[in-house]
Amino acid sequence: MKIVGQSVAKLDGLAIATGKPLYTADLVPANALTVKLLRSPHAAARIKAIDPAAAIALPGVVCVLTHKDVPLVRFTLAGQTYPEPSPYDRRILDDLVRHTGDGVAIVAAEDERTAQQALGLIKVEYEVLTPVLAPEEAIGHPTLVHPEDDLFCNFAIGLDRGRNIAAAHTVAVGDVEAALVASEVVVRNTFRTQAQAQAMMETYRAFSYLDHTGRLVVVSSTQIPFHVRRHLARALELPASRIRVIKPRIGGGFGGKQTAVAELYPALVTLRTGRPAMLVFDRKETFTASNSRHAMLFTVKIGADRDGRIRAIDVRNLADTGAYGEHAPTVFSVAGEKSLPLYNKADAVRYSGYAVYTNKLPAGAMRGYGATQGCFAIESAVNELAAALGMDPCELRLKNIIKAGETDIYHGKPLGSSALDRCIARGRELIGWQGKYPRRDLGDKVRAVGMAVSMQGSGIAGIDTASAEVRLNDDGNYTLLIGSTDMGTGSDTILAQMAAEVLDAPLGNIIVHAADTDVSPFDTGSYASSTAYVTGMAVLKAATELREKIIATAAVALGAAPDEVAFDGATLRSAAGKEISLARLAGQSVVGAERRQLTGCASHGSPVSPPPYVAGFAEIEIDKETGRIALVDFVAVVDCGTVVNPALARVQAEGGIAQGIGLALYEEVAYDERGKLLTDSFMTYKIPCRKDIGSVRVFFEESYEPTGPFGVKSIGEVVANTPAPAIAAAVYNAVGVRMTSLPITPEKLFAAMNNKKLRSETP
Amino acid sequence: MFTARELVRPQTVDEAYRILTERPDNVLLGGCAFLRMGARKIATAVDLSRLGLDHIGETAEFIELGAMATFRAVETHPACRDNFRGMLSRAVGNVIGVQFRNLVTVGATVYAKYGFSDLITALLALDTEVALHAAGRMPLADFLDKPPARDILTHIYIKKDGRAAAYQSLRNSASDFPLVNAAVARRDGDWTVVVGARPARAQLARAASQALSGPWPDAATAAALAADELAFGGNVKASAGYRRAMAAVLVRRAVEEVLSCG
Amino acid sequence: MRVAVTINGRPAVLEAAADEFLADTLRAAGYASVRRGCDTTNCGLCTVWVDGRPVLSCAILTARLEGKAITTIEGVADEAAAFASLLVAEGAEQCGFCSPGFIMTVLAMKRELTNPTDEEIIHYLTGNLCRCTGYMGQLRAVKKYLEVNGG
Repeated sequence: MKIVGQSVAKLDGLAIATGKPLYTADLVPANALTVKLLRSPHAAARIKAIDPAAAIALPGVVCVLTHKDVPLVRFTLAGQTYPEPSPYDRRILDDLVRHTGDGVAIVAAEDERTAQQALGLIKVEYEVLTPVLAPEEAIGHPTLVHPEDDLFCNFAIGLDRGRNIAAAHTVAVGDVEAALVASEVVVRNTFRTQAQAQAMMETYRAFSYLDHTGRLVVVSSTQIPFHVRRHLARALELPASRIRVIKPRIGGGFGGKQTAVAELYPALVTLRTGRPAMLVFDRKETFTASNSRHAMLFTVKIGADRDGRIRAIDVRNLADTGAYGEHAPTVFSVAGEKSLPLYNKADAVRYSGYAVYTNKLPAGAMRGYGATQGCFAIESAVNELAAALGMDPCELRLKNIIKAGETDIYHGKPLGSSALDRCIARGRELIGWQGKYPRRDLGDKVRAVGMAVSMQGSGIAGIDTASAEVRLNDDGNYTLLIGSTDMGTGSDTILAQMAAEVLDAPLGNIIVHAADTDVSPFDTGSYASSTAYVTGMAVLKAATELREKIIATAAVALGAAPDEVAFDGATLRSAAGKEISLARLAGQSVVGAERRQLTGCASHGSPVSPPPYVAGFAEIEIDKETGRIALVDFVAVVDCGTVVNPALARVQAEGGIAQGIGLALYEEVAYDERGKLLTDSFMTYKIPCRKDIGSVRVFFEESYEPTGPFGVKSIGEVVANTPAPAIAAAVYNAVGVRMTSLPITPEKLFAAMNNKKLRSETP
Repeated sequence: MFTARELVRPQTVDEAYRILTERPDNVLLGGCAFLRMGARKIATAVDLSRLGLDHIGETAEFIELGAMATFRAVETHPACRDNFRGMLSRAVGNVIGVQFRNLVTVGATVYAKYGFSDLITALLALDTEVALHAAGRMPLADFLDKPPARDILTHIYIKKDGRAAAYQSLRNSASDFPLVNAAVARRDGDWTVVVGARPARAQLARAASQALSGPWPDAATAAALAADELAFGGNVKASAGYRRAMAAVLVRRAVEEVLSCG
Repeated sequence: MRVAVTINGRPAVLEAAADEFLADTLRAAGYASVRRGCDTTNCGLCTVWVDGRPVLSCAILTARLEGKAITTIEGVADEAAAFASLLVAEGAEQCGFCSPGFIMTVLAMKRELTNPTDEEIIHYLTGNLCRCTGYMGQLRAVKKYLEVNGG
């Protein structure tokens, strides 16, 4: 391969790195209204009365909307293929507010100051309700987060609003109780993962205007333009044909922008006023009024034979979906579905539990999508099993992991590719496991290593669909049209690499266009680790079709059979030695009667979601007196199938690992006893800074995925999963305490170490 | 949302003081790092950046910090790096980032008596005086104990008495506020132990300082005394109990550091 | 208030309210590279230079800058592009949203520090948060830049 496999620079890299005006807020029309939302100060309250008169009277205020002014239809904002499996539990504004930060009123004004001032003039009388805060108390709580009777879902997801249950889920293969009884060693523990903020640097934002035909145009920093169009159509009671959604450059998403957080409000203002309107979330709103990773509480039981064969895994989970149920059933199911299939030697597995509503920030999609949480719980339990068996945790994995060609116990399907065994072996070498495992005591400090493995998927099997079109332009260059949404990952570039590979074209000859619902072919959007694998295959197919058309057309021109024509990307030659340049052929294709511009169009969906794998190894140093953990080294060995662009893949991995380190050590969404968010800024919610990361080293062990383009799987999400369980394992190896609740702060570790000391001192 | 109707840039401290005291909603501008986070409705914002207070000077007797000297200036100035084993530079060097430290000023930090401050803890362990336009010159400890009064802090004087000093802070993320911090200094046989970010503002640990100043300075004893004699509180960053325990660790380490330098 | 400054070497008069921050003034004046990533002086996205020193433009009142020299990435375009090309070669611009502020800090560091160690580089750049890259690729790019361009 010539271009696939090369570290080419991102097509947009230099422009975005040097600050060119390419993002949503840079493109807003000069006369746009500023939109702001009045947000609830209460976690749960009924709006008894709301009076916007004083705000409306303020000069410069153009529009104030309350729950009385918006359509009554319920909808979901989850970026999922229709019919979405998320509950339709929202209105644009409601008379019941369900979390601190929930919308109460929409203000549009000529400038920001006026809009801000107007918010303070809206009089609201609340009947404050007792909020549901602890997920453990949600089922049976006297307060119902969703008492309304028009709540519904397209599927039977176990939604039971009367018990604050958003979704219920059970998967069982084999008889897990019997397999646990038959196991010689059983470990059991509970694990708690916290809500985590996506914390992309560009906060949520969108603007809207009416075009020359009166259609609503929404420009948004979104991962899901086609889903946004559909959601707007439903929520605003407008035909989708009257709406166009455009995605410019995106300043990070990490799943947060897989929910239509901001678009509705400016769109509604534009429809009501006819004016362009812009909404930019500030950082506080981004923390309080968007979405986060689901907090989860797991109980895990693993049974094994003395020789280390895992016979049974039984996982109960309780997920906190917060005030609205976007992604609730799917994140819940993925926590099991993308972690349990790692271990297919078992006789039985079971995964079950609930996603419950609480009066907190809604959970949604975040990189890893449940698999991150499941990985922490299950990998931590497997590490505990290794200790119980007195077995090296790497050996325990090698004994139990699924291998290529074997059947996945969870789905009953054969696995197409895996290099996880090689990843484990190589990572063990690279971290220096031998000699460092389990610990080296340095007096005041102790160093130790720990490891974990992880899987994810590549696209959503049977659901994700991507379309792509490649055109041969009149000058012999190509335009690649896609609907996926490069949020900084470089997916536009790697898709262009794939098209260039098929067409033997220099990358510079490929123009990439994405994403505009008026122009782009349909794509579900960039999420679920789908773009390289699903959209990539659509691009591969479309480019292949175009290549065939180019050859067929040249064959006619050269008076040869198509299979006698060779195409090197620039020139087409017949076996008889006649030739025509691509540029000439392209020019001819748009001149005169009976000509046809050559295009390749294809759609792709996959019946499988092949898992990428990571083996992650952490070396940490613990200050024994303070409990503070310093990450000394992190080695990740990744099997993402074929690596399309090593530089971009490496940074994807490094970035995902840093987010995993944040989850493990620093990041925590905290509330007070009344449900007010305490961590609503980067001052209180700490994402890792560069001093916190230490050394992160990424290596690739390629496999070849037969169902992926050029053997590709995915990389975007799987890389976030191993840091938390690997670091927790290293903590155990260092000081002998199992940290089962994230993040592992110095204070928590200090308390755990001292409790252990107290216990050991008590006779 | 913070608002200000007017901003003035006086040329003399007298003029600044006059404007400041004209109205209760007139406010001095220091580094302004936290201005935006508040919701103050300011009538006249008084900018002190034209008063020539941004210098750092060194005489045989004192290090002199102008109130408008930035944290970055303290971090990099030879007077702050070379005296007291570099404690002042190290204390401010972990505060967020360079572009933040190029803004925040020593005067505003000390005047505001921020509990989370790294700088105040370090200064309090030294023989530090502050000069206020109206109230005059006084020991830092006295200033910190006084109730808030509208005045202009113009200078900070740190006596170059050759103290051996050490600063310790505990942070989880490196760019976070300290969970707790401590500074220890010794001049001849006299010790000063200070603990800050309790999370209330830095305070002298008298019993610990006294115990060390005896004939057999013992780090562990001082650490236990400091943790015992001071009050600690809890907030979103850490509990009171953890802060107390860590104060002992940091004090002990700082004392050992000072002891190790002879 | 009218505030006479130089921006990127050229005299300019900024019109700003008493309580207006430089980041907002600059954006309104067309410097789209200046961005806010937070409201609490933590992220470094808005970094510009005032009299050659990197500062947070989100926390400086424009009205205080009379007579000062303001530099945005647009004013050091060639240098910025030289470093950016190394950043892009690593794939470490990723979403690009934090890159202009980051690059302004890198270029200031190059002026301020001579032959910095990795530790000194990391210390100088700590005020620039990035959520995409995990910082490793940025460090590789900075080291290559210093190797090629001295510093």
